[in-house]
Amino acid sequence: MGEATLESHEGVGSAEFPEVELYHATNWWTKYVFSQDAKIIAVQYSITALAAGFVALVLSWLMRLQLGFPDSLSIIDQNQYYQVITMHGMIMVVYLLTALLLGGFGNYLIPLMVGARDMVFPYLNMLSYWTYLLAVLVLLASFFVPGGPTGAGWTLYPPQAILSGTPGRDFGIVLMLVSLIIFIIGFTMGGLNYVVTVLQARAQGMTMMRLPLTVWGIFTASVMALLAFPALFVGAVMLLFDRLLGTSFFMPALVEMGQRSDYNGGSPILFQHMFWFFGHPEVYIVALPAFGIVSDLIATHARRNIFGYRMMVWAILIIGFLSFVVWAHHMYVSGMHPYFGFFFATTTLIIAVPTAIKVYNWILTLWRGDIHLTVPMLFAIGFIVTFVNGGLTGLFLGNAVVDVPLSDTMFVVAHFHMVMGVAPILVIFGAIYHWYPKVTGRMLNEPLGKFHFWVTFIGSYLVFFPLHYLGLMGVPRRYYAIGEMDALPLSTGELNQLVSVAAFVVGFAQLVFVFNMVWSLRNGTPSGGNPWRATTLEWQTPETPPSHGNWGKDLPVVHRWAYGYSVPGAAQDFLPQNQPPVVQFTRGAEP
Amino acid sequence: MTILFLLVATLATVAIWWLSQQRLAEKPWLESGPVDSLRAPVPRRMPAAKVGLGVFLAVVSALFALFASAYAMRMHMASDWSSPPLPWLLWPNTGVLFLSSAAMGWAQAAARRRQIGHLRTGLVMGAASAVLFLAGQVVACQQLATAGFYMATNPANAFFYLLTGLHALHLLGGLVALGRASARVWRGTAMAPMVLSVDLCASYWHFLLLVWLAVFALLLHG
Repeated sequence: MGEATLESHEGVGSAEFPEVELYHATNWWTKYVFSQDAKIIAVQYSITALAAGFVALVLSWLMRLQLGFPDSLSIIDQNQYYQVITMHGMIMVVYLLTALLLGGFGNYLIPLMVGARDMVFPYLNMLSYWTYLLAVLVLLASFFVPGGPTGAGWTLYPPQAILSGTPGRDFGIVLMLVSLIIFIIGFTMGGLNYVVTVLQARAQGMTMMRLPLTVWGIFTASVMALLAFPALFVGAVMLLFDRLLGTSFFMPALVEMGQRSDYNGGSPILFQHMFWFFGHPEVYIVALPAFGIVSDLIATHARRNIFGYRMMVWAILIIGFLSFVVWAHHMYVSGMHPYFGFFFATTTLIIAVPTAIKVYNWILTLWRGDIHLTVPMLFAIGFIVTFVNGGLTGLFLGNAVVDVPLSDTMFVVAHFHMVMGVAPILVIFGAIYHWYPKVTGRMLNEPLGKFHFWVTFIGSYLVFFPLHYLGLMGVPRRYYAIGEMDALPLSTGELNQLVSVAAFVVGFAQLVFVFNMVWSLRNGTPSGGNPWRATTLEWQTPETPPSHGNWGKDLPVVHRWAYGYSVPGAAQDFLPQNQPPVVQFTRGAEP
Repeated sequence: MTILFLLVATLATVAIWWLSQQRLAEKPWLESGPVDSLRAPVPRRMPAAKVGLGVFLAVVSALFALFASAYAMRMHMASDWSSPPLPWLLWPNTGVLFLSSAAMGWAQAAARRRQIGHLRTGLVMGAASAVLFLAGQVVACQQLATAGFYMATNPANAFFYLLTGLHALHLLGGLVALGRASARVWRGTAMAPMVLSVDLCASYWHFLLLVWLAVFALLLHG
C-alpha cells in the first residue's frame, strides 16, 4: 500500500492523487473500539461530547433551581453554585461544542465530503479521540476529589482561581488545568488531520472552490483552533506552575487569609490576554462550522444553490482572521489604555460586516426557494433567527462605552448564550437530523423531531430573552442569591422563576431527542443512500452507512460545485457533484 | 503584545499566500468537468506527512511565540523582574545543537543520494548530539538551581526553566520520531518512505534549532 496504488479514471490521469494508505482492522476491538476509521471515531467523539453535554445540562438545572427559587429550595450552597457554573461553562464550550463540531462532524464529514477514503493520519486520529476521552475523564474526576471541582468561573481568572477562598482550590483547579492541557494535545492531533485531509486528500476535480461550505467552515475553524488553543495551553501551564510550584507568573503580591502570600509581582491581566487570545477565536471555532453546516442545510432543503458562494467563502476567511484581533473586547472592564479599547471596539464591530453578509446570503438563498420545512430546515431557520438576535446584542457589547455598564450583568449571559450557546446547538441538532440517515441508514422520527424543535426553540427563547431584560434592569451575573435589593423590582425574581421553569422544559425535551436517536436506530424508516436528494459527495457513497474506505473500488471524480440544485434543463432538481455531465445534444437532434 | 500581533501578521501572510494559490475568485457555478487540465497542470502534490509536519511546526511556532509574548509582557508588567545569570554551558550546548542539526542535514543528503552507510552515520551522530544537548540542558538547569536561582524566586528564573524545558520536551518527541525513522533505515524498508521520514526528522531538527536560537536570544535579552 505504501507505494500508493494509482488508479486512472476514464480519460483522466490521476497520477497526482495517490490514495491514502488504508488501515484495515483485524478484529472487533480494532474495528469498533480502537478504530482508525474516521467514521467510527466521529461517532465516538459525538457520543462522548453529547454525554458530557448532558452532565452540563444537569448542572444548568442546578443553577436555575437556585436562581429561580433562591429561598424555597436549597439544593446547592454558595460554593457548589460556583462549581456548577464553572463546570457548566467549560464543558459546554470546550468539551461539548468544540469536540462535537470538529471531532464529531469534522471526522465524519471531511473525508466523505472531499471524497477521501479516510483521514490522512488515521492512527493519530485514533489517538486524538482517546486523548480527548482522557481529558473528559480527568475533568469529570474533579467531581469526586476532596473539595470538588474548581469554582473559579469558566475563565479561570487568577488570582482568585487558586486562592484558598475559591472552591476546588486544592485539586479541582489542578485537574481542570491538566484536563485542558490534555484536551489541547488531543485536539492538535485531530486538527492536523482535519486540515491536512482537506489540503491533500481531495478527490479528483474537487478544487477548494468546489468544497461544500461545511468543509470550508470546519477547515477554517480547525486552522484557527490549532493556532488559538496554544494560547490556552500557555495560560494553563503557567497557571498550573503558579498553583503547584509557587511561581508568580500571574499571581500578584497579596494577603490571603490574613497572611501575606509568597506570590509577588505577577500579572492577572497577562492571564486574561492569554485566555482571550484563545477565548475569542474559540467563539468562531464553534460558529464557523455551524455557519458552514447551516449553509448546506439551507441549500439542500430549499432546493436552491447557495446565494453568493464566493462571498460565503471569503466571509468565513475574513471572520477567521478578524477573530484573532478582537480578543481584548472581553477585557474592557479589566482596565486598559483607551486607545486599546478603541482599537478592539473597531475590529469587533467590523466583524459585523462579514457576518451580516452571511446572514443576508442565507436569507437570499431561502428567497423564492422551494422550502421544505423538514426538521433540519426548521433548525437551520431557527439558527438564523437566533444568531441575528445574539449578534445584535454583540453590537451593544462590542462598544466599550456600552459594555462597561452592562458588563457582569445577565445581559452578557443572554448575549453569549444566544450567539454561541443556543445558535450552534440548533445547528448541531439540525445537522444530526440531516446526517443521521447517512450514519445509520435510518431516518429519525419526524413528529418527534418537530416536537423537539419547537420545544427547544421556543423554550430557549423563554430562557434567554428575559435575561436581556434582567440584565438591563441591573441583575448581576454570578450571584448565588440576590436577596432584597432596592434597585431591583420584585418582578425580576418572578421573571427568574419563569426562566427556570422554561429551562427545565427545554432540558426534558432533549430526552425526547435522545429517545428518538436510540429508537430510530432500529425502528426508523430505512433512508436509502440519499434521502434529502442532496448533491454533496457524502450522499453518493455506494453503501449506506458507508463501509470502510467509503467509496468501494474507485474514488469519486468531481465534476461540479456542491450546489447544483434546481439547475435549469437538468433531469432532476439536483446534480450530484460526481455525476458526469450529460453530453449536450445539438439543437434539432431529438433524443 | 507586539509579539502576538507579529505572530498574527506572519500567519496571516502565510494564509494569504496560500489562499492566493487557490483561485478564490473562481466562479464554481459556471464551470463543469473533472479536472483543471484546461488550465495549467496541477503541480504534483507534496506527501501528506510533509504538509502535516508544516502545519504542526506552525502550531509549535504559535506556542513558542505565545510564551515569548508572555515573557515580554511579564517583564514589563512589574518591577520584580531580575534575570538570572545564564549558565556558560548554554553556549557549548548551542554548538552541539548546531552539530546535531548539521548531522541530520548530512543524513538527509545521504538519504537522497541513497548512501545507506552515510545515512546511518548521520542519524547516529544527529541522535547522539541531540542527547548530548539534552544532557547539557539538564546540567545547565542544575547549575542555575545550585546557584540559588529557583523557580519560585523570580519569574525570569521560572521562564528560564519553562522555556528550556518545553524546548527539550519537543526535542525528546523528535528523538522518538527519529528512533522510528532509524528503525526503518536499519530494517531496510522501501527507499521512498525511508527518505521521507529522514526528511521530516531533518526539517524538525532545523526547526528546533531555530526555536532554540530564538529562546536563547530571548533569555539573553532578558
